[in-house]
Amino acid sequence: MEFTTFLFYLFAAVMLFSALRVITARNPVHAVLFLVLAFFNAAGLWLLLQAEFLAIALIMVYVGAVMVLFLFVVMMLDINIERLRHGFWEHLPLGATIGAIMVVEMATVLTGKYFGLSNFPAHVLPVGESNTKALARILFTDYVYPFELASVILLVAIIAAVMLTLRQRKDTKGMRPSDQVAVKRSDRLRIVAMASESESPATDSKGGAPL
Amino acid sequence: MMNAFLAPVQQWLGPVFPLLWTLLKIVLILVPLMLSVAYLTFWERKILGWMHVRIGPNRVGPWGLLQPIADGLKLFFKEVILPKVADRKLYFVGPVLAIAPALAMWAVIPFSDGWVLANIDAGVLYLLAIGSIGVYGIIIAGWASNSKYAFLGAMRSSAQMISYEVAMGLALISVLMVSSSLNLSAIVHGQAHGYFAAQGMGFLSWNWLPLLPVFAVYLISGVAELNRAPFDVVEGESEIVAGHMVEYSGMSFAMFFLAEYANMILVAAMVSVFFLGGWLSPVGFLPDGFFWLAVKISAVLFFFLWIRATFPRYRYDQIMRLGWKVFVPLTLVWILVVGVWMMSPLTIWK
Amino acid sequence: MLNNFVIPDFYPVAPEIFLLAMSFIILFADLLFSATQRWVASTLTTITLLGCAALTVITADGQTTLTLSNLFVDDLLADFLKLMTYLSVVMVLIYGRQYLVERGLDKGEFYLLVLYATLGMMVMISAASLLTLYLGLELMSLALYALVAIDRDSARATEAAMKYFVLGALASGLLLYGMSMIYGATGNLDIADISQVLYQGQADKTVLVFGLVFIVAGIAFKLGVVPFHMWIPDVYHGAPTVVTMLIGSAPKFAAFAMALRLLVYALFPLVAEWQQMLLIMAVLSIGLGNLAAIAQKNIKRMLAYSAISHMGFMLLGLTSGVIGHEIDPFTAINAYSSALYYTVAYVLMSLGSFAMVLLLSRAGHEAEQLDDFKGLNQRSPWFAAMMLIFMLSMAGIPFFIGFFAKFSVLTAAITAGHVTIAVVAVMFSLVGAFYYLRIIKLMYFDAPAETAPLIATPTFRILLSLNGIAVAAFGLFPDAIMAICTAVLLHSL
Repeated sequence: MEFTTFLFYLFAAVMLFSALRVITARNPVHAVLFLVLAFFNAAGLWLLLQAEFLAIALIMVYVGAVMVLFLFVVMMLDINIERLRHGFWEHLPLGATIGAIMVVEMATVLTGKYFGLSNFPAHVLPVGESNTKALARILFTDYVYPFELASVILLVAIIAAVMLTLRQRKDTKGMRPSDQVAVKRSDRLRIVAMASESESPATDSKGGAPL
Repeated sequence: MMNAFLAPVQQWLGPVFPLLWTLLKIVLILVPLMLSVAYLTFWERKILGWMHVRIGPNRVGPWGLLQPIADGLKLFFKEVILPKVADRKLYFVGPVLAIAPALAMWAVIPFSDGWVLANIDAGVLYLLAIGSIGVYGIIIAGWASNSKYAFLGAMRSSAQMISYEVAMGLALISVLMVSSSLNLSAIVHGQAHGYFAAQGMGFLSWNWLPLLPVFAVYLISGVAELNRAPFDVVEGESEIVAGHMVEYSGMSFAMFFLAEYANMILVAAMVSVFFLGGWLSPVGFLPDGFFWLAVKISAVLFFFLWIRATFPRYRYDQIMRLGWKVFVPLTLVWILVVGVWMMSPLTIWK
Repeated sequence: MLNNFVIPDFYPVAPEIFLLAMSFIILFADLLFSATQRWVASTLTTITLLGCAALTVITADGQTTLTLSNLFVDDLLADFLKLMTYLSVVMVLIYGRQYLVERGLDKGEFYLLVLYATLGMMVMISAASLLTLYLGLELMSLALYALVAIDRDSARATEAAMKYFVLGALASGLLLYGMSMIYGATGNLDIADISQVLYQGQADKTVLVFGLVFIVAGIAFKLGVVPFHMWIPDVYHGAPTVVTMLIGSAPKFAAFAMALRLLVYALFPLVAEWQQMLLIMAVLSIGLGNLAAIAQKNIKRMLAYSAISHMGFMLLGLTSGVIGHEIDPFTAINAYSSALYYTVAYVLMSLGSFAMVLLLSRAGHEAEQLDDFKGLNQRSPWFAAMMLIFMLSMAGIPFFIGFFAKFSVLTAAITAGHVTIAVVAVMFSLVGAFYYLRIIKLMYFDAPAETAPLIATPTFRILLSLNGIAVAAFGLFPDAIMAICTAVLLHSL
């Protein structure tokens, strides 16, 4: 067995295990962390396919950003996983049977020989061309239209998220940093010309109480 | 010369050689790194002392030089406390996850021409990816401690680090554009050419000058990524008593400590490689070499210590505002500027 | 290897580019003017859509042009559907203006999301690849999900948006899975290439049919036909009426385009398989839609079930293209143009009916119950007559546009040999006439529940009148639109 084959099975095994733990872990935080592990191993599998850009983008986007926020939310929620699991064992036989039937059906249809994998041209990168560069080149030439469309979809997501969550309350106290920076001395401090006062004890002309 | 020396060893060890050789190289990087971390803490206390017009540590050893060793020994022999309500496994996974990325990232940092553990093409992406994992150590530690201060720290850190990763990543895009490579050695080599470099004033040809706004953004975001003053709300000793680290003691605490300082050196090294010409010599008549990288890293580290001594802590909303409303737009605009510049006849990158 | 890239021809894409550029301008204009000038965003949006229409007309040359690396197609069908889309969106905006203002929903985001939904529809209509088709669909759907939830304080709207989102995501997943199967079997994403491979008979049929099932399911969801209709009543009911109106109109064109591009353009060699599936769904939709509509007390729900049955009729047209195993271009064109005609007719009627609901609503009162139509004749004979026209047309009473739409679809079905099916469809259509006629009964023979005068802007009144007159007039001269539909498909297929 080649070393890469060994690595493939290692990554795949860990990934399957952690994916299983995602749905079986009792603690939702553990489940999220197992999902992170699953992503990690998926990235490893992609690295083995020499798709280093996709692998690293997966880690950067999913592990580094999406899952952190996910974890953030899950930690704050009080999820009673026991209640969610209620009735799991009762419905398991039916669900498992249907699932098994579907798996068998799909497997019979989708065994390897049906796909025209041999029709696909072998993917060969020219020497000295990195995967990232090749991807960038095709993304910004032939596929620029779908690429831009995807960016518009993200823009819509931003607009929708802002629209659905931003509430402008009237009683919020905020600050405007630009105003703070623009403050002049004269806005805050007034220097008043006064006659100097002497140190002498309270014997002033009007005979008032000592200060 | 090196190869001639290694050849017999290679023959003797056979197929195990690459593994052992890589392990040896890793040790060769990590041991000096750990020593640097130890003395960085010493140096920090000294500099802070001088800036406060104090003396700083001076009791252990000559001029206090053995102080970090003593600190290390103390931490090593301290009891590791596990809070009763903590999540037992994750509580110990946290510190490991904090320090592992900090060490793993050194794999792609070039120390001098050709002196790099893994000269991979996607080096920058690797740094960004592994760097983004660092936050897990803090979040897990904060959650697993089952303490409100630790949890507050974890929450603050996750939001802060994600925000500043965006700015850092966008800042790096300008660097990638001008060097048209993701390989760190190639990025350094790219800074060796230019009008000023030909005049013998190489330091003006480095990326920091044409990419000045991005350089500033990267440097400041780096400090925020490190959760160091003035962006240290994650630890915020006076507010949430050290945040995620509050329940840790002994070696588990020391791991966080090591991670923080290793990350500091790492960010300084990244700033040096991306913007300050890595191992390149600033002037034409002096040779390039590792020495220059060390000087640059030290200078950036001094900058970190300096602002710690000088600036008050930012408020949380100010940190978010700076990241999202100032840095992100600034870097985006500069990407556009660099793009137009590169395509115009005035381009300085060919 | 990749350096032989040439800058594509952007001329056919001009409407899309214009819309996107204008959306950015509106985004900024809204930021600057939203506090003081509320009309800026809506006016700019209308101008944008009119500009798109102008550009579409200018760039229409009757040729089929592929551009942007063969991912975008500009043919007469696309131009026609796009023009209809702009028309219905503009009508929605004009109808909905007052409703939005009264409910404080007159935000810049509404107009932007409408524009992006329109862009999504345009992308779908002009898709020449599974990739762009899917992206257009997602763009449209995402904007629509958000629009349903735009009234944040309404729990019902939020629930509807959630249902729409979850089921929509599921449908997108099914569609994507089907597409991946087709890709796996043919090795192509371009619609033209897929049909090329299929005609050469290289691809494995088992996988293709497997993928086809998922693709049909995805299309059925977007059209809202049984058994993928569950979202329609809830979303129609829960969404603000303006959004319901939008969902009930323009996206039908996009869904029609999606069905045509996927099934007819790409997977025509599998016509025997997909016709069977569509036929079953068509019959079920006509049956369930008409029966369930009878039980409704809420007019929006009633119109939702009526939409299901109408989409069933439309599918009937799509299933009648090929008789047995022989492919006759004339029959095919006839059948598909009858489906297109049906879509146009349905959208016109649907816009009009929802406009009536808007007309009866006012601030603080949603005229959603059937009882709100009681005695409308005494309150406003003219608009009661308009509603009469819409209802008669929807019921398929002769000499309104809806009759000829049904007539042409049923003719196509009978030509294709689906005589039994056609009879069943007519029977259910008669059942359906009951609930349309019930509204007419309420309007003319019941005492009004309230006597408040109807408040509407002159623009609204004129547009609604025109809408009603169009439904009646095209019923008197049905050949005009039919001729256009046939010509469009003749040039594009």
